[in-house]
Amino acid sequence: MKLKMIKFVPLMLAALMFVGCSTTEQKAEEPAPVSETPDKMHGDMDHSMQGEDAATSGADAATGWTGHPLDDPAKLTSTRVIHFDFDRSEIKPEYQAIVVAHGEYLARHSSQTVTIEGHCDERGTREYNIALGERRANAVKRLLMAQGATSGQITTVSYGEEKPLERASNETAWAKNRRAVFAY
Amino acid sequence: MKKLLIFIVLLFCQMAHSAPLTIEITESEMGALPIAVVPFGWQGPGQAPSEDIAAIIDADLKRSGRFKTMPSKDMIASPHTGTNVDFRDWRVLGMESLVVGQVKPNGVGGYIVRFQLFDVFKGEQLTGYSIPTTARDLRATAHHISDLIYEKLTGQRGAFATRVAYITSIAHAEGQRKMALQVADADGYHPQTIVTSTEPLMSPAWSPDGLKLAYVSFEKGRPSIFVQEVYTGKRQRVASFKGINGAPAWSPDGRKLALTLSKDGNPDIFILDLAKRTLLPLSRHYAIDTEPAWSPDGKYIIWTSDRGGRPQIYRIPSGGGKAERITFEGKYNARASYSPDGKLITMVTQIGREFRISVLDLASSQLQVLSDGSLDESPSFAPNGSMVIYATKIKGQGELAAVSVDGRVKQRLALQVGDVREPAWAPYSQ
Repeated sequence: MKLKMIKFVPLMLAALMFVGCSTTEQKAEEPAPVSETPDKMHGDMDHSMQGEDAATSGADAATGWTGHPLDDPAKLTSTRVIHFDFDRSEIKPEYQAIVVAHGEYLARHSSQTVTIEGHCDERGTREYNIALGERRANAVKRLLMAQGATSGQITTVSYGEEKPLERASNETAWAKNRRAVFAY
Repeated sequence: MKKLLIFIVLLFCQMAHSAPLTIEITESEMGALPIAVVPFGWQGPGQAPSEDIAAIIDADLKRSGRFKTMPSKDMIASPHTGTNVDFRDWRVLGMESLVVGQVKPNGVGGYIVRFQLFDVFKGEQLTGYSIPTTARDLRATAHHISDLIYEKLTGQRGAFATRVAYITSIAHAEGQRKMALQVADADGYHPQTIVTSTEPLMSPAWSPDGLKLAYVSFEKGRPSIFVQEVYTGKRQRVASFKGINGAPAWSPDGRKLALTLSKDGNPDIFILDLAKRTLLPLSRHYAIDTEPAWSPDGKYIIWTSDRGGRPQIYRIPSGGGKAERITFEGKYNARASYSPDGKLITMVTQIGREFRISVLDLASSQLQVLSDGSLDESPSFAPNGSMVIYATKIKGQGELAAVSVDGRVKQRLALQVGDVREPAWAPYSQ
């Protein structure tokens, strides 16, 4: 899990940047704006989450997390990737709670927006996979909206099989590549 | 002869020689016509050109699967003109056809390539031309000679002097990939870059006149469809709706694009009139509808739909009407396109766990699997219908391959760097 999160540090940094840019819309319970430098955004993939809290302030009373609440490793919203079965777009039971947590967060923070990326493994044809990736992104969107998130908060985009996480051609890589990503 | 000159003018804007693609025939031919292409002679002062015309013709003919060519080391004579041919030499070697020729300077910096094709048994010339050309068009001239030989001996128009578009993906700085849409000669030479991006490029489709390419670009982070002139580079964004803008396919008259849009909630097929900018919805279904292709007469659209639960091919009149399913064998059939005569469709078919290229005879419903990879996709017919080019994976790397439409001869077109995918065989130049 840890490893998986570290991979998304650049994404999270982008999210932190976004928060930093919209300070006027911050609500009372949200942390003060962060100030990441642009070169940090393109930093090494393997620098750890802990490295970021120096640049942030505000803390979650329960978990002691001082970064952006979406990034709190103790919370389900820190998981930004869920996976799917081949040629399927149903949210699997083990990922339901994660999507629900994101939906609840969005419902509570109406100015927060998110892009849901849909991705596929390399099997099957490319344009069909674009359609399948969109179906996955839409399945996530529907569940987010069922928690009270609004359609205006959610953008979807499908990359089909065009942006694999793993370039290998085996079951492990395919399982990783069949995914939806929460990009805040 | 006038046709030849037009052809040469059309190919005048070729790039400098380079050969990133290498061709390897992976299955030998059976029942192919034995032919000897004798190395061409050089007549005249100065340096002979570096292009080996006979070798290019030899490779073309071999690649088609219709010919068995003779290695030049096995030849016992090397005539350059008909008058020097002793047909007994070639009968002894079992040759049915013989090509001889020579290259000479034309006095103004170019060349004249002369060739003759003979029937070895009858000892008769079947065809022969003198073709004026330039140093940079020597390869094109050789392909054109291959076309003339092919047509004379098989009765079918050759497709050697044609081009192929494809997408490359090359590892770039910081884990990024650099994508490019390229166009090369059908044998992989003369690659030209049409567009590059660090975001995905997809689904290149030739206009029927071979002058434009439609493609999908994610350059703004989301997909748009562009139409670009191949020679001028001028381009236009023709579809950038909310959601999917994908799978462009030109109508045979070049006036319309069939495409996939999900602007209304889920992917459906639409027909875009390029001049009027009108959009006609064709498929309306909550399932996935994508990958449209036109019949050569423009009357039908076939496409991939999973309305029956799994992806299968459906057909509908291009002006709208009732959709009918046309594939029933196999649980996954997708990305179909018609042969130039409209009698066959080629598509991706799942066989067990493998994705392979197949051909379906529409009259007999006979399905033939042509490829033997596990991740084969993007089949595209040659403009004469003789071969299908497709994308395959060899050791995790995307490569192009071609197979004769009877499945007898397969060949790899291996790029030296990066992934190659989504080949689209260009129509004949008009």
